[in-house]
Amino acid sequence: MGRENSKNVWVFIEVYDNKIRNVSLELLGQGRVIADQLGEKLVGVVIGDNIAGLANEVIAYGAETAIVVSGNEYKDYSTDGFANALTALVKKYAPSVLLIGATRNGKDLAPRVAGRLETGLIADCTDIEVNSEDRLVEWTKPAGNMMSTSICPDSSPQMGTVRSNVFKKPAPDYNRAGEIVAEDIGTKADDIRTKIVEIIKTVQGETVNLEEAEIIVSGGRGMKGPENFAILKELADILGGSVGASRAAVDADWMPYAHQVGQTGKTVKPKIYLACGISGAIQHLAGMSSSDLIIAINKDPEAPIFNVADFGIVGDLFEVVPLLTKEFRRIKNG
Amino acid sequence: MANYLLINDEQADLLNSIKEILHKELAPYVKEYDQKGEFPMHVLKKLNEAGFHSLNLPTRYGGLGIDKVTECLVMEEFAKVDAGFAFSYLTSGILFGFYEYNPDVSEELRAYAADRLINGDITAFALTESDAGSDAAAIKTTAKKVGDEYILNGTKCFITNGGIADFYTVAAVTDKTKGTNGISLFLVEKDRGVQCGKEEEKMGLRLSNTVELIFDDVKIPAANLLGRENYGFKYVMHEMNLARPVNMAFAVGIAQAALDYAVKYAKERVTFDKPIIQHQGVGFMLADMEMLTQAARSMVLYAAMAIDKGLPLGTLSSTTKTFASEACMKVTTDAVQVLGGYGYMKDYPVEKLMRDAKIFSIFEGTNQIQRMVTSNILARSK
Amino acid sequence: MNILVCVKQVPDPVEIKFNSETASLIRACAANIVNPFDKYALELALQLKEKHGGEVTVLTMGPPQAVDALKECYAMGADKIVLASDSLFEGGDTLATSYALFCAIKKTGEFDLILYGKQAIDGNTAQVGPQVAERLGVAQATCATGIELADDKVLVAREQDDCQEIIEVKMPALVTVAKLAVEPRNPNIRRKIAANKIEMPVISAADLEGIDAARLGLTGSAVKVKKMFAPPVRGAGIKIENETADNAVKALVDYLSNAKAI
Repeated sequence: MGRENSKNVWVFIEVYDNKIRNVSLELLGQGRVIADQLGEKLVGVVIGDNIAGLANEVIAYGAETAIVVSGNEYKDYSTDGFANALTALVKKYAPSVLLIGATRNGKDLAPRVAGRLETGLIADCTDIEVNSEDRLVEWTKPAGNMMSTSICPDSSPQMGTVRSNVFKKPAPDYNRAGEIVAEDIGTKADDIRTKIVEIIKTVQGETVNLEEAEIIVSGGRGMKGPENFAILKELADILGGSVGASRAAVDADWMPYAHQVGQTGKTVKPKIYLACGISGAIQHLAGMSSSDLIIAINKDPEAPIFNVADFGIVGDLFEVVPLLTKEFRRIKNG
Repeated sequence: MANYLLINDEQADLLNSIKEILHKELAPYVKEYDQKGEFPMHVLKKLNEAGFHSLNLPTRYGGLGIDKVTECLVMEEFAKVDAGFAFSYLTSGILFGFYEYNPDVSEELRAYAADRLINGDITAFALTESDAGSDAAAIKTTAKKVGDEYILNGTKCFITNGGIADFYTVAAVTDKTKGTNGISLFLVEKDRGVQCGKEEEKMGLRLSNTVELIFDDVKIPAANLLGRENYGFKYVMHEMNLARPVNMAFAVGIAQAALDYAVKYAKERVTFDKPIIQHQGVGFMLADMEMLTQAARSMVLYAAMAIDKGLPLGTLSSTTKTFASEACMKVTTDAVQVLGGYGYMKDYPVEKLMRDAKIFSIFEGTNQIQRMVTSNILARSK
Repeated sequence: MNILVCVKQVPDPVEIKFNSETASLIRACAANIVNPFDKYALELALQLKEKHGGEVTVLTMGPPQAVDALKECYAMGADKIVLASDSLFEGGDTLATSYALFCAIKKTGEFDLILYGKQAIDGNTAQVGPQVAERLGVAQATCATGIELADDKVLVAREQDDCQEIIEVKMPALVTVAKLAVEPRNPNIRRKIAANKIEMPVISAADLEGIDAARLGLTGSAVKVKKMFAPPVRGAGIKIENETADNAVKALVDYLSNAKAI
């Protein structure tokens, strides 16, 4: 689609378990910033079944308008159904910007929609801002060991996906006034070529919620083997935190993928991030460098992780970590 | 690969692929299985999937049909990771020599053995007995012809792959009165009633399987006779003469692995403010180790080239075997020395290489026998 | 069943070095590998073929040396390999890349199932697969950890954010594959040697009838890279070196309590 006459910043609001996902709320926060810079409106698009109640939430988190597409065919996410509804809306209203959370479904939907609209899409952005001169959105993300800033100058909407925890969730204001628009866009059952047959909850017993952990103890290649993650778990337990892992550790099958922190894993923002035996490749840093405090333990004094660590210990993690656990246990037990 | 000046692109490509897969599938298990003294069957399955078992089988039976020179390079690459596994794993293909090169062997039997090997079967050669080692003619296992069958009785010992093999090539006496001219070879399938005795606890090559085999009225069809009756000893001597120098490619691999580790260590380890490789005492040791390893490899590949060309080996079979095995022992012993106290510890890989090295001076005819053979050839020469 | 697996050759991440002086990647010495997720996709394709018969074709788009990636796929068991290579294809964003791939797939054949790795580990966008599906107009499923055939549909086990889904997908379909429980098989040495001798069809832009060159490569890209820069350095803080573990731990605990972090 062409640029002319396109207007307003849209956020695709992802619904899960009848609630709005955090990443969508975070995007309403950043969407507000962009909309104000452009002098345009912020619009949240909710697609689902029995979701009317969520429109107020969208407005409370900063949108002027909530567009609601409701229907039984949207009860579960489907690529075909959601791509159809979202593209139809974009064609009708011509937004200038469309933000989508980089969840599994968000990343399933966004490229499909961008492809149909023949517009650009930038994946996993870590920063989004408007250039005041040409009023184009500038999308920044890690690319290898560098950062790259991209624009989408000729087509519309300008689209990007963003992981959770990249932007701050704004404080809701339930007194905000806004407009709720119900759009009736049906998708024929035959046009939806996928169907959810079964949902299997994670079997690991404990769910890994790294994104919300306040303290994360992470291990990398320096852990030497899967069995050694037990000492990190012990420390994390004492601190009430969770265990993370670098891509090297996950690739070696020492930890499940759900624990992976980094560009291809989770983006985390804990109060304390303790990196043990992690060298600090840029793709790992991309996932944790906005932590409040970074502590690094590594044998190699040249490890890049020390360049971002607030506190670094050059030493053997197999000595340091158990001692730390002991010390915190002592403090905890008073 | 500065040590391998003469290899061509195809060989380099093959060796790189093999190296890559061995490092992924075999290397991680070596230490554990060396401790246990066990053959890692799951590794064999992985390597068979990758097609390694068919490397040295002739192309007409579906193998890759690599020549002896390439085979030696492959064996060395295997042995650099673990010689015990290499020996067990590659033996099956090497033993096909009994069938491949012998014009007396019927095409049916040859094709039958090839077919089993290409399908991943393991094989073993059963010659040695408790009272017949270097003097192989002293074997007591008998094969008696009754109608269309042979009936085997006797006990074999130190049989590599004995416990994991699907079929064996067995040497047995068919005519007691004729000495070496009364021995024959047979293909004996395991499921004809071959029993395995105790598994040996070995000093080295601990990933290879070595057991005692018991033949108690084992009946096989007469068609399982290899070639002609009472010609077995000739076949064995001929085949072992060819296999002996080639098998030393394993010793070269062990030596190269020990040398590589010692050099790496000597560059990193600092005493009196410099890496120990800069101390002449250590540096010269490493130079000698390099020299021995290069020389051993050169002899092995020279012998392999001669075999590829169908030339008589003369003293080359015995001299290559003797030199390469002793070079391997010397290089691995010195590698332990270079590492000092660490070399003596199981945490470092060189003590294992030293243990693995020893057998090469013993099996395939001891080095003493080889010297005897060599001097006899010299005495007879004009 | 006719299965197409699309693979990408990527630099081996273990071997990429960063030049901190010029702030650029040193890729000259980096070996190239088949994108790991694409290998899982191929493994899955080969398993399906073993179970249900059919043919597995592997297509890659890249520079001429991407032929090495195809040879590896052939050695793993692919029946046919196809290289799409043309300077016109280079430098595109996912929109342009998916257009080129779409044209190349059309030229290669008709497929019941098209498999992609869930993302390539160099770009990590995870966008090309779905965009090719869009252009082909077929159903899609992303992040699969398993596929089973069920008549004219496939059952796909799909990695979700906090659970696993089994979804039924009508064929023809495009499925992107995540890490599997089993490692991809090793290349077979015999097939590897054979791969060196097979004739490799190379598709260039000129071979693709009706292709719109304006939609290819940099020209056809909606996304333009404006700048590349070294990531902002978060200043290094305290670094304890050459201390006993005891002292280091004490210093850390003091630091954390002073910062009121614990």
